[in-house]
Amino acid sequence: MLTLDAKLPTGPINEAWTNHKDQLRLVGPKNRPKYKVLVIGSGLSGASAAASIGAMGYQVDCFCFQDSPRRAHSIAAQGGINASKNYRNDGDSTWRLFVDTQKGGDFRAREQNVYRLAELSTAIIDQAVSQGVPFAREYGGKLANRSFGGVLVERTFYCRGETGQQLLLGAYSALEEQIAAKSVTMHTRTEVMDYVIIDGKVRGVISRNLVTGELTRHVADAVILATGGYGNVFYLSTNAKNCNVTALMRAYRRGAGFANPCYTQIHPTSIPASGDYQSKLTLMSESLRNDGRIWVPRKEDESRKPADIPEEDRYYYLEERYPRYGNLVPRDVAARNAKDVCDKGMGVGPTGYGVYLDFGAAIESKGADAVKSKYANLFEMYHRITDDDPTQTPMRIFPAVHYTMGGLWVDYNLMTTVPGMFAVGEANFADHGANRLGASSLMQCLADGYFIIPVTVGDYLSRMDKDTITTDHPEFAKIETEVQDGIKKLLSIKGKRSTNSIHRELGKIMWEHCGISRSEKSLKGGLEKIPALREEFFNDVRVLGEDESMNQSLEHAGRVQDFLDFGELMCRDGLLRDESCGCHFREEHVTPEGEAKRNDDDFAFTSVFEYAGPGKDAVLNKEPLNFEALPLMTRNYKS
Amino acid sequence: MKIKLHVWRQENEKAKGKMESYDLDGVTPDMSFLEMMDLLNEKLIGESIEPVAFDHDCREGVCGACSMVVNGEAHGPQRETTTCQLYMRHFNDGAEIYVEPWRSAAFPVVRDLTVDRSAFDRIIQAGGFISNHSGPKPEPNSIPIEPGVAETALDAASCIGCGACVAACPNGSAMLFTAAKVSHLGMLPQGQTERYDRVKNMTTQMEEEGFGSCRNYAECEAQCPKGISIAFIGRMNSDYLKASLAEPVDRRGKMHAQ
Amino acid sequence: MKRLKLLFASSIGKKFVAAVTGLIMFGFLLGHAAGHMKIFTGAGADGVPHIDHYGQFLKDFGAPALPPMIALWGARLMLLGSVILHVVAVLMLSDQNKKARPVDYVKKKRAAASPAALYMMVTGTLILAFIVLHILHFTTGNLPMLGKHVHGEVYNNMARSFSQWWVAIPYLIMMVIIGFHLYHGVWSLFQTLGLDNPDRNALLRGFAIVFAIGVTATFCLIPLSFMFGGEPAVDNEGMNRIYEYTHDKLSSH
Repeated sequence: MLTLDAKLPTGPINEAWTNHKDQLRLVGPKNRPKYKVLVIGSGLSGASAAASIGAMGYQVDCFCFQDSPRRAHSIAAQGGINASKNYRNDGDSTWRLFVDTQKGGDFRAREQNVYRLAELSTAIIDQAVSQGVPFAREYGGKLANRSFGGVLVERTFYCRGETGQQLLLGAYSALEEQIAAKSVTMHTRTEVMDYVIIDGKVRGVISRNLVTGELTRHVADAVILATGGYGNVFYLSTNAKNCNVTALMRAYRRGAGFANPCYTQIHPTSIPASGDYQSKLTLMSESLRNDGRIWVPRKEDESRKPADIPEEDRYYYLEERYPRYGNLVPRDVAARNAKDVCDKGMGVGPTGYGVYLDFGAAIESKGADAVKSKYANLFEMYHRITDDDPTQTPMRIFPAVHYTMGGLWVDYNLMTTVPGMFAVGEANFADHGANRLGASSLMQCLADGYFIIPVTVGDYLSRMDKDTITTDHPEFAKIETEVQDGIKKLLSIKGKRSTNSIHRELGKIMWEHCGISRSEKSLKGGLEKIPALREEFFNDVRVLGEDESMNQSLEHAGRVQDFLDFGELMCRDGLLRDESCGCHFREEHVTPEGEAKRNDDDFAFTSVFEYAGPGKDAVLNKEPLNFEALPLMTRNYKS
Repeated sequence: MKIKLHVWRQENEKAKGKMESYDLDGVTPDMSFLEMMDLLNEKLIGESIEPVAFDHDCREGVCGACSMVVNGEAHGPQRETTTCQLYMRHFNDGAEIYVEPWRSAAFPVVRDLTVDRSAFDRIIQAGGFISNHSGPKPEPNSIPIEPGVAETALDAASCIGCGACVAACPNGSAMLFTAAKVSHLGMLPQGQTERYDRVKNMTTQMEEEGFGSCRNYAECEAQCPKGISIAFIGRMNSDYLKASLAEPVDRRGKMHAQ
Repeated sequence: MKRLKLLFASSIGKKFVAAVTGLIMFGFLLGHAAGHMKIFTGAGADGVPHIDHYGQFLKDFGAPALPPMIALWGARLMLLGSVILHVVAVLMLSDQNKKARPVDYVKKKRAAASPAALYMMVTGTLILAFIVLHILHFTTGNLPMLGKHVHGEVYNNMARSFSQWWVAIPYLIMMVIIGFHLYHGVWSLFQTLGLDNPDRNALLRGFAIVFAIGVTATFCLIPLSFMFGGEPAVDNEGMNRIYEYTHDKLSSH
């Protein structure tokens, strides 16, 4: 069993982080260069962590598989970042942001973590502005805000639709500053393949140069995983193509507990896949639902053009099923209903998995120009991708996998169950519970990277006895051989199927069995299909080329291999969590209104999975959740 | 749709590359250009030919990874569009398409269509930042920024660092990239302290990387997927000239009056 | 000076030099064109064409403070310096540009660059050659085969040359080439000096177009007017000399 000591601070929640921070041990400026810290990943959390720790004087090595740290997928976040600055004087406060985040997460997160996140939110804005992030300004030159994600205050800061890009470029420039100062060494086009654990602590990694295939050993005193989410287990998601679970799965196999793997956020309004070749999904802002009416044809296999379908043959299913909220029901409700009508054969578009989002009524009442100007960039993006003009013909939308709340289990110091191994950003499980509030992912990444990890990693290092372990330690050789063997194995299968075709098939299984809504039956079905697919992978995958050069199929094969294992873990978690909460919707647990029905008596805990060895079922550990500051309550979108 | 592709194949940086031709069937108009390349790779794997290596990641036009010169134009014929957002409906059935990597001495080919763009990172390292530590900062509203200035800075900051400007420029110049970063930081009050050192250091690094010079063709602006204006190049020129001829002058020391 | 040297070491600095020298030469062209308009104003009371007076005026410029010819030579040296710096800077940049793309595209396509911009090196080289020939032709008079040259007889020298179509037409072509060079060069120098921005771009772009066309058209008027004999001969003796000269040439061949 894992020891799940969350090291939670005691005392009043609003002083918890300050008190905790004051208790942490420090490393003196002269000693910091003696410690080596590895940061895996260079997105918002990785770049901000590496830059902050590097600036303190530690020796940092940062790794990313892209050709530049600026490409990480944090760049794609559009909407904004929350901070309880209360610039609008609309009653916002740290407490309110905490409550919104905790309620959004459906009470499946630790309240101390969530409160800390809310508390740090304002400092993130200060930090980003000082780096030159050009947030939107009002006419007087003060920072502008907008409302986001159905909360009652305006607290979201933004840079047009490219907030993630600008925040990432801020963190990236801070990272490049440290690279220039030689406090950070950057390894681009480098993938971390495995971790070296010595005396129970992580003491290094084996990395692979993706251009030459060369394996390199790195000794470290601490390793920080900032490797993002794993939405690509569904093959189609809004994640970047190369996002993967490999770093997390390999940490898991070396002893790190994996928490809540089944919590997956599904966004209701993405552009649907247009065919089997589809490689990824593109998000359309949810704000479209303010003016669009969602419908499908009542008749199955409808062949008429949408404009030719008369009103009586249109099924405005959200308006009919949820008369009070209509098209503005919460994300998960909208997503589930879209899937439901498509499963019943009423879906539209070439794949039958799409519903209409119709602006006809809005255009009639407000005029085409007014609607167009409100959604100009979204309409343009939609037109670019689909070649349809939403003012002429209804948009087609469908839910898409967007964000994963689960990740490596970490304590309050963001350390995993492996001493010395930390996880930040989307890679950890800590702050979003079972669902993430809009505009809070950027906030979490930067809180972790700029403000939390720089102090907690020092506390760990200060307690470490400095030793003389080098890459000559036999454990390094052992792990390197294992990595080498793994690569050779993939190249030696020489089967018939491409890695992509297997990944796509896995994605379909996951979507069908562990997607928008899950049931005991579907999850068990998934648990049967995935091992069969894994067997096929190891018998029939075709990875061409060699190890000693750039080989993108080989990289992909390694990642698909981990996705296969991970998909199983995800289904297992979904099966064990026999309740509905947040984004985890079990068909067996529904309120009469069709809402997710939580079971706080039996499931107010974090599921933490422990690797039990190849071919064995993961062991479930439970970290109980206590709700003292904010007592449990049920979310209610009906009134 | 049927497509005839001519793709640059090159094993590694040192190998000699050449154009290879492939016939591809089953392309549909709703495929993105990269999905068409995926289809080509699936076909090649089926024929036991190593797939074409190309950089790609977000596939929604913001990460700047994709980098293909399609029929002689960086990111292809659609304006303000990255390769990943270019759709096959813009090509005719039976079209011949030439796909080449970015060509620049500063961007050596890594394999096939992937190039090494670390030169851009080094330009940023030379000064593309506001020196900073993580920690308490002044209240951001204490330094108001005129919204027009913030928006123009954001126009410049929208650069995704893909390198299309270099690929498009007949001289292989990186002026648009460098100018965008110099302007973004140089326009904001936070970036003033380092403004003139920054422009000198970044342009010096740009030259050392082996990029060509600007001849005001405006090809970069036309082929930039974010439509970044060459106005920023003019702005950088102005800052550079000030930095070289006027601004950071040592005015300390004693003086003679008689 | 150290600053200038450092400036010249960079490509933006070289561009700066090319822009400033270009501006000087552009200024010269404007003056040159304006001065030559005197061709169309006829002759003074003494029967000497205005343009000849203008030539003398340039030689005497600055007198009596300066001895004759000094100001003219000063200007000439400045122009010569500009030409040399312009050419050296551009050649160095061109070398850098060639090295910047060792392997070119198989398929090439331009999305924005105008032919004027793309062929600046070609037009520039032609212009350089033209400048040399033009000076030998009309300033030093070393090319009598193009028309007999008599120092000081500006009008007649031109009349004798341009009334021959095979001299006039290459000049006309050259003027168009200069126009192309100016079309891109004049706007480009504002951009290089950092003076252009979207606010005044249309104005500066228009300025470049108007002056490229204006300068070209003005200079073209000269050979055209002589070719088609639109200008009355003001000096019969001079005209006779033309006939004598061509007769001599024809008979000697």
